[in-house]
Amino acid sequence: MVKISDYNDISAVEAVQQALDKVAASESYHALLSLTKERALERAAAVDAGEITGKLAGVPFVVKDNFLAFGAPTTAASKILENFQAPLQATAVERLEAEGAICIGKANLDAFAHGGSTENSAYGVTKNAIDQTRVAGGSSGGSAVVTALDIVPFALGTDTGGSIRQPASFNGVVGVKPTYGTVSRYGVVAMASSTDTIGTFATTADDASLVMAIMAGKDERDMTTLPDFFGAEVLKPAQKIGIIREFMSDDVDEEVRDRVIEYAEKLKTAGHIVEEVNLPMIKYGVGMYYIIVPAEISSNLARYDGIRYGVRAQNVQTLAELYGRSRDEGFVTENKRRIMIGSYVLSSGYFDAYYQQAQKARTLLINEFNALFETYDALIGPVSPTPAFRIGENAEDPVKMYLADIMTVSASLAGVPAISVPAGTTSDGLPVGVQIIGQQKSDAQLLALASSQEEN
Amino acid sequence: MASAETLAKYEMTIGIECHVQLATATKLFSGADNDARDKSPNSVVSPIDFGLPGMLPVLNRHAVNLAIKAGKALNAPIARISRFDRKHYFYPDLPKGYQTTQMYHPIIEAGYIDAPLEDGSSVRVRIHHAHMEEDAGKLTHFGDHSLVDLNRAGTPLIEIVSEPDIHSAEAAKAYASELHKLMTYAGVTHGDLYHGNMRFDVNLSVALKGATELGTRAEVKNLNSFRSVEKAAEYEFNRQIDRLESGETIVQETRGWDEAAQKTNSQRSKEDAQDYRYMPDADIPPIVLTDEEVERIQSEVPILPPEYRSRWAGLGIDKSVTDSLLANQLYAKTITTIQQKAGDTTAKRIAHWFSSALGGEDAPKVDESMLRDDDLIALAAMVDGNELSSTAAKEIFVDVLSSSDSPRAIAERKNMLQVSDEGAIAAIVDEVLADPASAKAVADIKAGNDKVIGFLVGQIMKKSQGKANPALAQKLIRERL
Repeated sequence: MVKISDYNDISAVEAVQQALDKVAASESYHALLSLTKERALERAAAVDAGEITGKLAGVPFVVKDNFLAFGAPTTAASKILENFQAPLQATAVERLEAEGAICIGKANLDAFAHGGSTENSAYGVTKNAIDQTRVAGGSSGGSAVVTALDIVPFALGTDTGGSIRQPASFNGVVGVKPTYGTVSRYGVVAMASSTDTIGTFATTADDASLVMAIMAGKDERDMTTLPDFFGAEVLKPAQKIGIIREFMSDDVDEEVRDRVIEYAEKLKTAGHIVEEVNLPMIKYGVGMYYIIVPAEISSNLARYDGIRYGVRAQNVQTLAELYGRSRDEGFVTENKRRIMIGSYVLSSGYFDAYYQQAQKARTLLINEFNALFETYDALIGPVSPTPAFRIGENAEDPVKMYLADIMTVSASLAGVPAISVPAGTTSDGLPVGVQIIGQQKSDAQLLALASSQEEN
Repeated sequence: MASAETLAKYEMTIGIECHVQLATATKLFSGADNDARDKSPNSVVSPIDFGLPGMLPVLNRHAVNLAIKAGKALNAPIARISRFDRKHYFYPDLPKGYQTTQMYHPIIEAGYIDAPLEDGSSVRVRIHHAHMEEDAGKLTHFGDHSLVDLNRAGTPLIEIVSEPDIHSAEAAKAYASELHKLMTYAGVTHGDLYHGNMRFDVNLSVALKGATELGTRAEVKNLNSFRSVEKAAEYEFNRQIDRLESGETIVQETRGWDEAAQKTNSQRSKEDAQDYRYMPDADIPPIVLTDEEVERIQSEVPILPPEYRSRWAGLGIDKSVTDSLLANQLYAKTITTIQQKAGDTTAKRIAHWFSSALGGEDAPKVDESMLRDDDLIALAAMVDGNELSSTAAKEIFVDVLSSSDSPRAIAERKNMLQVSDEGAIAAIVDEVLADPASAKAVADIKAGNDKVIGFLVGQIMKKSQGKANPALAQKLIRERL
């Protein structure tokens, strides 16, 4: 698969053109919503002329279409932002561009990043890179697929409850959900403010680490960003690693469990200690997540009202009708479902019983993670209970879809870093990812561990 | 309209919520200009205030500092940890679909203020709490459409919530007025009422005197003058009593104030009350303050009206003079400087000049550069040294403010320096006494009617064009009679 270093030997214009050619050859996957071709070629020419330099000079990449970026609309895969042209760029995009990277297009997602299959896009489903009858995963499905198809060496995504890790696992690439606050959320369409993170897909852990280090660090435009901690890490030898027992039950696909166990065996062979651990609160993770996150969604999506930008319903008589119809036409079913759940749990009389209770449970979950990290350097388990499912298989059953997030939401709620790394395939050839979770700010160490397990 | 007898059976109970726009250079969560006065619509709006996708709030620390100062003026402790929350509702002037406010952990805790009343007493009004929040934009309605102006969206506010400790329209007005003084003196707000820098919501209920439970309240929103606070309270008191007397109930509702008609109108009732779905704002970390920070910031708060009142009462300055001095913080500061430099008597004399020359509604506008304390002290010294009559000094006082000349130069130019030369005055005295028009007065004085001497002094002042030292003139008259 292509790596960032593969771009050392070709011109930027050539690199961009190659990527665009691959996009054209891969249209059937529907991984991209738009191309930033003109701007990309201009920047490539500037790189080749020596006007733009940096660690990623001339390296093409793709961003999920919920990042504000120049050269194409920012739709968040929704109708309400159809044709929305961003007047500014996300900090993450700016920092990559400052190092010479070239954005070539914007990837499909579940509208407003609500979903785990990219089936909730208002612009059509993205297909799995390995099996086109299966989902790409989501919500960052498009970004995972362009990376898996070698169109670009890395692509940006957002992970609020598994939206990078799960599609990474489904398409056989590395996916990083960093510590909450690692990368500025400025310029990224908000989903849930307390768990939204910016991360990347790459084909190797080292590339992922390089990209994350460039994006990471304090941004005065996002008060929740942490001071930069993403430095070069030397792999700590003889780590103590826990396999999360709750994630290895019979409910989990046997082949998925087998790949995780094999990965654990490799770690042991490399001199690490692996033992089973318990995280009892984790079974409440989905329950907490689907209270707290919809609450934040209902709030963050309130600004899409058809008044100032985006699509406004026509032929309305009253203000209430303008709001109601614009939002009805502009959001997909899953957006509306989450707005309604969120509005319900925040409403007077239910706030204490749902939202506050979930926040208390979240504190207990964080305490459990912290207690384990006193002993363990990292925790491992599957990313998803199954490999990529068939398109349409879960579409009519939102609860089943939500339950599939069981293994990813807890790290999001706790704000700890978690990465998905390829761990082989099922007998059908479907990729399986293993998840590595660490304590806050251990992101680079997790990637160093993953890198040490990659076959060269 | 209820009779005086009926009104006397009832008592009103008022709590006031006051929105104070903070005097920051930029908005609460963005770098946009916070001064929307005379700006064209939507010209001071950043992507954050506009609610653009992907935008995040960046808390303005200066606004936090002003809230900390407000806490001192309200005699209220500052919370060491406070947080922002989101209050949700849909309206075109609210770009994010929620207002960022402090519902659960406000920055200013319980306090109180003492509002002085006309009769010299004061009413203590407890403050429940005060919190920071952002202002909304403005809508202007035309026939079949409305226009949105977001210039004001994101302006930092503190909302000061009183306890229901107010029981008269006069006290409501006094509370509003004192709050305005405290907030402007502390530098929290520019206090420009015309531009809505402070807006009052009056919650009023009535109950029979001695009743143990409060009545149902109505809230009159968005009053922007002390007088409208008073008038709205009076109107509501009467309106609610009329309803109760005619057997109707009071509806809990929001009402507006019609300035032209001097009455309140129903806007929306409790049945339409919205569920604001408050939740913590995860985009803004908690405000965590140390004792040192709070102390340092509050030490910058200048002298506040209650302190001035007690200082000036100590100088024997009466209430009406004090009130007119407090109308402008510059007067109060100037008197304080003068007191430090020249002592109590001079300060008191000049305080009276301020009061008589600048106390009225149509008093000239005064800025800091016009208030030259050394010149004012020199002017007072000329009175003390019998170089100027106190009448002449009052006139020159105004000239000192409006020009950059010294009081002596002004007095000389206007030919107002007092004549204390005995010879010169004696000549005028003799002239006046010799005047046949004075004959009756002279006779009266000789007959023992001493008061008439004032008439003769007056004649001498007139002839001297006001320059004669009146005490000297009187002495010379007595010597001659």
